[in-house]
Amino acid sequence: MTAFEAAQIHDASDVLLDVNDLVVHFPAGRRSGKPSFVHAVDGVSFRVRRGTTFGIVGESGSGKSTTAQAVMRLVPVTSGQVVFGNRNIAELSGEPLRAVRRHLQIVFQDPFSALNPRRRAGDQIREPLDLLGIGSRSDRDERVRKLLAEVGLPPQAADLFPHQFSGGQRQRLCIARALAPEPDLIVCDEAVSALDVAIQAQILNLLKRLQRERNLTYIFISHDLAVIQQFCDEVAVMYLGKIVEQAPAAEIFRAPHHPYTWSLLAAAAPPGSMRDELKRRYLVKGDPPSPVDPLPGCRFVERCPSAVEVCRQRLPTLDVVAPCHYVGCHRSAELAPPTFDSR
Amino acid sequence: MVALLEVDQLNVSMRSEAGRLVPVIENLSFAVAPAQTLALVGESGCGKSMTALALMGLLPEDFVITSGRILLEGRDILSLPARDMRALRGSAMSMIFQEPMTALNPLFTVGDQIGEVLRWHRGLGGAAAREQVLALLRAVQIPAPERRIDAYPHQLSGGMRQRVMIAMALAGKPKLLIADEPTTALDVTVQAQIFDLLAQLQRETGTAILLITHDLGAVGELANEILVLYAGRCIEAGASAGIVAQPRHPYTRGLLRCVAHLQLGQAPKSWTDLGEIPGMVPPLGARGAECAFLARCAKAADVCRSNPQPILEPIAAGHAVSCWCKAAVAA
Repeated sequence: MTAFEAAQIHDASDVLLDVNDLVVHFPAGRRSGKPSFVHAVDGVSFRVRRGTTFGIVGESGSGKSTTAQAVMRLVPVTSGQVVFGNRNIAELSGEPLRAVRRHLQIVFQDPFSALNPRRRAGDQIREPLDLLGIGSRSDRDERVRKLLAEVGLPPQAADLFPHQFSGGQRQRLCIARALAPEPDLIVCDEAVSALDVAIQAQILNLLKRLQRERNLTYIFISHDLAVIQQFCDEVAVMYLGKIVEQAPAAEIFRAPHHPYTWSLLAAAAPPGSMRDELKRRYLVKGDPPSPVDPLPGCRFVERCPSAVEVCRQRLPTLDVVAPCHYVGCHRSAELAPPTFDSR
Repeated sequence: MVALLEVDQLNVSMRSEAGRLVPVIENLSFAVAPAQTLALVGESGCGKSMTALALMGLLPEDFVITSGRILLEGRDILSLPARDMRALRGSAMSMIFQEPMTALNPLFTVGDQIGEVLRWHRGLGGAAAREQVLALLRAVQIPAPERRIDAYPHQLSGGMRQRVMIAMALAGKPKLLIADEPTTALDVTVQAQIFDLLAQLQRETGTAILLITHDLGAVGELANEILVLYAGRCIEAGASAGIVAQPRHPYTRGLLRCVAHLQLGQAPKSWTDLGEIPGMVPPLGARGAECAFLARCAKAADVCRSNPQPILEPIAAGHAVSCWCKAAVAA
């Protein structure tokens, strides 16, 4: 059974977003006469159910942000489908695309560069309403006030400029702006990574409350596994443009199957003898190789402690190891997953 | 053990536009012994980085040290002339900055930049310097150092750049290494590698490390001692195991509670809100004499409102806290 067939079994009625074989390549000049490409996202498929949180983890350069931006149509899609609701939005352009954008919003990592320093906070929250023609003029002012209250800011905040807010408050403004057109899906691209831990907790609690109240769907990108574990319903681990493992959060932290996931968990495990053992056995060294014209074979082969010959020759497909649990590794059947005894 | 670095009642202020002095760091005292690690913990705006810059003699223009002493190996470095201070910086003490991209010069190769330290402080040049740079790059576990020595910063990944920063900081064989959030800009796997590297280098060289971070959970095992700063005031200090296991100040407790903890080998519990500390650090100039944490403290009582900031008092062996309600909080 392929991953795709397995996914079909999943109840299709509540799927909000269905990404099929998404590819995003960027031209990277020419090498020995032939054009070369950065394989930022290389055949990624996943489904996100309405009202749930889909987490994407991976190192810098793994393609997690590009995947989310391609879903938002903020970067050109090379091939593949992005089915939102019942339409493939990867093919849309012009007015139909603008209409769809109303339902898709994003919160960026750095609230300092995501807000225009020369415009008042209220105007920036109002902008999506103006652009998409939502509500009458007087309605919009009222909605800005309501949105500010929802993210925990006083109504006077509307008249201030971004530099008059702290980092956490700016992120609240960004969330209010994303909420303004009442979207179905919000992409949180490392939305709390730039904030202090105490402020992170405030923002995460806020996002979770908004999700409960509005039945929002999130794509939550982070490299903080502890946050991913608590915040997400389903988790995909990306490495060099590929999803290497995908499973419900309950499953992936209990029985991970891919050597790269093991390494990530080893790096983030709580201190103690268990972590020392995990690090000794599973933590990989070095940095990911270049995503420009990757070699055939598994993307992780150069850093994988368990790599064998077949890994160099053939790219593994995503196989089903348990319900809704997909792993892209030639050796997933023979390699024993780590044990998490805290002895 | 004799302290390598001793900071005694340090006060740093900022000169406001009106010429008034606004306190930034108040009555800060701590000591670091050789081969030990002290972590300075707190949110942005609590004065962690300013403490580091005061130690290095690199405070921005409007910031002045109003009183206190900084002793490095018994020598008061605040009274040193600029020339002598320059000789200390990079050799007796050096600093790893938070953002390796902006801290490295984009126009010079990493070999040049590390070599500069060797030229200045150890009088090495030419082939001898290059040999040393290669050894340093190897020490910080950069693969293929013969190739990377001639690379420019933009040709390296974030983790690699941070390793170059560490190599540069170690080049002068410092006795004190100040690491200002050395891993915030990096991925988790790389973070783990950098922390391991720092611990290993410390074992080999006996360098004392002053580690600055906002993540109390992450430093528990790395640091021997922890000092929690809030709004420029030390509110809790002591051995790291004691502080992580039994935090006494409401702020320290809040910092520990607001992080999610990874639980392996079991299904995660359904979402429960993280413990949040409402509000934010009072800005400069808005800090009164009373306990700085008062406005955000859930345990604030009348005694806190009617008295000035409590002094840092020992509550157990090697554990001091500045809180009027410390007896109640301890329960």
